[in-house]
Amino acid sequence: MPHAPPRFLARRRRHTRLLTVPAMVVIGAVILFPWVFTLWMSAFDWKIGTVAHFIGLDNYVKLATNQRFIESIVHTFYFTALATLAPLALGTAAALIFHREFPARGFLRSVFTMPMMATPVAIALVWTMMFHPQQGVLNYLLSLVGISPQLWVYSPTLVIPSLVLVEVWHWTPLVMLIVLGGLASLPTEPFESARMDGGTEWQIFRYITLPLVAPFLVVAAVIRTIDALKAFDTIYVISSGGPGTASETINLYLYLQAFAFYNIGNASAVVVVFFVLILAMAMLLLYVRQRAKWTA
Amino acid sequence: MDGVTLRDANVSRQRANPRKLLRKVGFWASVVVIVSPAVLVFLWMLSLSLKNELDNSTYPPVFIPSPPTLANYVQVFADNSMGLYFLNSLIVSGAATLIALLVGIPAGYGIARLSAHKTTVLILIARMTPALSYLIPLFAVFQFLGLNNTRTALVISHLVITVPIVTYVLIGYFESLPRELEEAAQIDGASVWTAFRYVAVPLARPGITVACILAFIFSWNNFVFAAVLGSRTTRTLPAAVYNVLTFEQLAWGPLAAAAIVVTVPVLLLTIFIQKEIVAGLTAGGVKA
Repeated sequence: MPHAPPRFLARRRRHTRLLTVPAMVVIGAVILFPWVFTLWMSAFDWKIGTVAHFIGLDNYVKLATNQRFIESIVHTFYFTALATLAPLALGTAAALIFHREFPARGFLRSVFTMPMMATPVAIALVWTMMFHPQQGVLNYLLSLVGISPQLWVYSPTLVIPSLVLVEVWHWTPLVMLIVLGGLASLPTEPFESARMDGGTEWQIFRYITLPLVAPFLVVAAVIRTIDALKAFDTIYVISSGGPGTASETINLYLYLQAFAFYNIGNASAVVVVFFVLILAMAMLLLYVRQRAKWTA
Repeated sequence: MDGVTLRDANVSRQRANPRKLLRKVGFWASVVVIVSPAVLVFLWMLSLSLKNELDNSTYPPVFIPSPPTLANYVQVFADNSMGLYFLNSLIVSGAATLIALLVGIPAGYGIARLSAHKTTVLILIARMTPALSYLIPLFAVFQFLGLNNTRTALVISHLVITVPIVTYVLIGYFESLPRELEEAAQIDGASVWTAFRYVAVPLARPGITVACILAFIFSWNNFVFAAVLGSRTTRTLPAAVYNVLTFEQLAWGPLAAAAIVVTVPVLLLTIFIQKEIVAGLTAGGVKA
């Protein structure tokens, strides 16, 4: 409407803005207020039931030298790296398979994506039983192929890879769906001409498919990274950060500080650091995505 | 010349046949390898839930329950009042989803029509922030208001999950709808509200369905809010199921039965939105 009177437009914008007010009130109360409150609380030495003392940045200074917290960051990065790369590789392979035409494809794809929506706690319980060193089905399966039984989540060195295994099982389908969407959107001409020129399957994948779906892989990587950083339910249920503190991630450390020791001030500082970390990762990966677009 | 090339082609086709068969076998083998972990874990869960405790604790494991028993299900509903927790979950997720729809549908429309990109980014960031980080301030405030251990506190905390996802999905959906119809209605004298309520909302029904189901599933799957803010009588299913683990170490049958009771409703809902799921899930990470 190029000739609509500006007053009419202004009133329409005002009325449209009114529609967003209820949601903004809710978001302000349950999302923005907690952010501000957390930032404020992180400047206090406060345990629930005691009087809060303002200590400025002391909580952050203490965190910087807190061995256990620093280790939890290391565990988080280790877990996140594995839980991003493995689903990315497997999900891409699965997407290449589901991109082809074959009988019962739709049904099998639905079956393959089932884990994604399943309740994490329920999944964690089943894996806890499967990981059991004496009676677990995983050690039985290993014994069938002649591998000696493992301690899985009871071993300080195997616990994080074992938890990653659950994460891979849970979230590879999401990567597959994102990459599959990417594959479906690709133009067909480059593939046809490559085939006519006698390119092998591997060459076509490496030099045509991969660069073309790269932006989708980056999207999948961003989502996986953020989700892996946030992983809590499965780790809490399966290992609770143990044995010892071998699988204690930032989230687990945070939970213990807040709801086992009621160290609200310290835990709030952890939340702030964690928040900055997640935003930084998201921005870094989005930046990489922009560059991937340039080259693709 | 023609005859020669034709024969050559025939020979090469005959030679290619076994190789083609091998490729086909290889392809189906990879399909099986990729799909079986998903199937096997769910089948193992089902198998554990249908076996008696004796069969569940033998080694090597028994795979097929003989005879299958529903005793584990009876036990979790009788001893662990799973029925009450199921109801709690329905109430909390239902109410949180309903409120999110009430505020999220108009907001999604408003933000889409105003092209308020900064608000969209804010909602994305809200989705990326771990749920755990909202828990400390909410816990402190509920403590102050005496709301801890109530269903009200759980519903409010679940809004953290449902409001951003509903709003985000609907911003995308309303953006994809043409503005012309609403503008035509407004030229005919309809108010913004009438154009929204009687033109845009009916058109957005598919998007609203997806937003509703996604919000319900995410709320249903949430564990940590109920684990901290819930009590013996108000906690939701995931928190209750976790308690089956801590109180009955290695009672595998009941555990698996409880896990199935939580998961089945979600898997059923998923069937309805197979295709739209990715769009909803990629909104700033998956977990709330």
